[in-house]
Amino acid sequence: MSDPSTRVQVRKTYKLYIGGAFPRSESGRSYVVTDHKERFAANAALASRKDARDAVTAARKAFPGWSGATAYNRGQVLYRVAELMEGRRAQFVAEVRAAEGLSAAKAEAAVDAAIDRWVWYAGWSDKIAQVRGSSNPVAGPYFNFSLPEPTGVVAVLAPAESSLLGFVAVVAPAIVSGSTVVVLASEPHPLPAVTLSEVLATSDVPGGVVNVLTGRVAEVAPWLASHMDVNAIDLTGADDALRVELAIAATDNLKRVFRPHTPDDWTATPPLNRMLAYLETKTVWHPAAT
Amino acid sequence: MPKFEYAPAPESRSIVGIRESYGLFIDGKFTDTVDGRAFKTISPATEEVLAEVTEAGPEDVDRAVKAARKAYEPWSALAPAQRSKYLFRIARIIQERARELAVLESLDNGKPIRESRDVDIPLVAAHFFYYAGWADKLEHAGFGPAPKPLGVAGQVIPWNFPLLMLAWKIAPALACGNTVVLKPAETTPLTALAFAEICQQADLPPGVVNIVTGAGDTGRALVEHPGIDKVAFTGSTEVGKQIARSCAASGRKNTLELGGKAANIVFDDAAIDQAVEGIVNGIFFNQGHVCCAGSRLLVQESVYDEVLTSLKRRLGSLRLGDPLDKNTDVGAINSAAQLAKIRELSDIGEAEGAERWSPPCELPAHGFWFPPTIFTGVSQAHRIAREEIFGPVLSVLTFRTPAEAIEKANNTPYGLSAGVWTEKGSLILRMAAQLRAGVVWANTFNRFDPASPFGGYKESGYGREGGRHGLEAYLDV
Repeated sequence: MSDPSTRVQVRKTYKLYIGGAFPRSESGRSYVVTDHKERFAANAALASRKDARDAVTAARKAFPGWSGATAYNRGQVLYRVAELMEGRRAQFVAEVRAAEGLSAAKAEAAVDAAIDRWVWYAGWSDKIAQVRGSSNPVAGPYFNFSLPEPTGVVAVLAPAESSLLGFVAVVAPAIVSGSTVVVLASEPHPLPAVTLSEVLATSDVPGGVVNVLTGRVAEVAPWLASHMDVNAIDLTGADDALRVELAIAATDNLKRVFRPHTPDDWTATPPLNRMLAYLETKTVWHPAAT
Repeated sequence: MPKFEYAPAPESRSIVGIRESYGLFIDGKFTDTVDGRAFKTISPATEEVLAEVTEAGPEDVDRAVKAARKAYEPWSALAPAQRSKYLFRIARIIQERARELAVLESLDNGKPIRESRDVDIPLVAAHFFYYAGWADKLEHAGFGPAPKPLGVAGQVIPWNFPLLMLAWKIAPALACGNTVVLKPAETTPLTALAFAEICQQADLPPGVVNIVTGAGDTGRALVEHPGIDKVAFTGSTEVGKQIARSCAASGRKNTLELGGKAANIVFDDAAIDQAVEGIVNGIFFNQGHVCCAGSRLLVQESVYDEVLTSLKRRLGSLRLGDPLDKNTDVGAINSAAQLAKIRELSDIGEAEGAERWSPPCELPAHGFWFPPTIFTGVSQAHRIAREEIFGPVLSVLTFRTPAEAIEKANNTPYGLSAGVWTEKGSLILRMAAQLRAGVVWANTFNRFDPASPFGGYKESGYGREGGRHGLEAYLDV
């Protein structure tokens, strides 16, 4: 037995999470992440354009399976993430504290809210279609109904300031309805998100449904905004000037753009708008009385 | 199959009084232009000049936006039940003047009177009737307890369903408490101007609806005007992307209903005669000037010969000619420019190796005409299978399995509509679930209803028109 006071701690390598695997950046680059006191915390992977494109490919590949799963199944999968986070609660609290400089109580509250947010969205999976869908009384012999469907691959720029709760608050509403995401974690505080990706990898979320990149928003986000196989983008993690640039780039293939107009309060029960941003309405005319 | 000879049965033009010239409808009155100029609108079937209309300049647009802004506060503050009744009034006047509007639409647009009379105008009235009833029930629409309007909406509409597209834009906007400035297409302004008179007859408060006629420059002045709060556009994907860029820069809300390249999928167990009627309706309805037209026919291989034989026989019995003749099935192409585009893409189809077929068909000597046309031997790489032609041109492809049909149907940047023909209800629902399109018609095609949300996936745009969903585009949610 080694003496605990002299034991050298085994540190973790913080990597990307793409298609269910943990690669380093293909560029071989990393960047220094510090804690709230500016002390060295880790070298996080510095994602490149190629990493972003690989992540989009993985998300596209995962889309048919995830969007084709039953809503009940997706709800259970999201709930399972909450279960696994609960088991690592202490680790998340420590990482959020180190990253954001919160008091113990506030860090605990943030982690608890992040866990509970998964539970909240888990419950939405099999209700959103009932709330947003309809049968439509058309003047003719048809059963006409409208259903919300997932938009496809969503690029998400997670907020910078709320490293874990903010991350969950932007990712869960995108995947709950069946879309798959490429999410760029908080640039200054990426470590809790990387740890969360380890939870995702060992939960029942299929590989590729959530792909996590770490790096520079200004470098990676434009590639996601202009990518022709990305269907929607959440601009939360970009500053105002970059949001305009990205929103313009997103028009190349008419991406659905989620552009928050007021700062989010991550602790409050969210409105539905983040979920609704990644839903398409499909209307079906089914013959009746023939 | 013999084609019966029918005596001409033209609908009388005498019901329509077209003025020699029209100003702009701003603040409840027809006014002369300040910085615009006049242009002529013609009948595409004869090239006869119908009237002179105004191409609004930037100052004209500015006046219209200001009138809408001034009208916004009282209109949005009006008791919703009263707002509702104005819309009911408009619906009723449209019904009262239905025949006149149908003739005017067919004259200016070139579409058969059978369609303007039986489809366009009844749907226009129905649309106003539907949204009239929403005006005082918005708190029940699922957008919160007291959803607010957006303000002044700038609306730009196309020439293929001129008055119907106006109804799709104006009815929900007004029901939600917005005021509007609408620009009709330059080739089809007359029914929008008739609608301005209807607003006068309904005593709609001045400035709630403003109509500025003109072409692309007028539209640009409108959608880029800093005084509007929302842009609604129906038209080409190319122009839609320009508008999206402008709105992205300004952060302005917008909804877009753009192009399509819809697959119409016929399975071997379909009722073939019914499917053939649906194929014809899917692509030759309104001369194929339909964003959701079934322009890519996907036929299961085992019934390919049967479907093609039957389809060609049916095309042989279509009557092309005078839009005002009640027997006419296929009217005129809307403009010389559109005709040139259809010809160009059809020539490319031939040059790329697809086989072109049209029934024997005599085209009138004047006006813009294109015969119903089928291309067979089309591959997915051909431009006629990828680009929107917006004319009476059908590309035929084949498939073997449902999975292959889905793969081919979804192989397009568009996603507006799709059709499925089969007698199996379960197959309909399976296909409907996997088609990436906003509207799926099963054993029918090109059917519209004010209660039925309409709009696209992917590059066919975003936002929905029609139904409860259509309210969202005009509410601050």
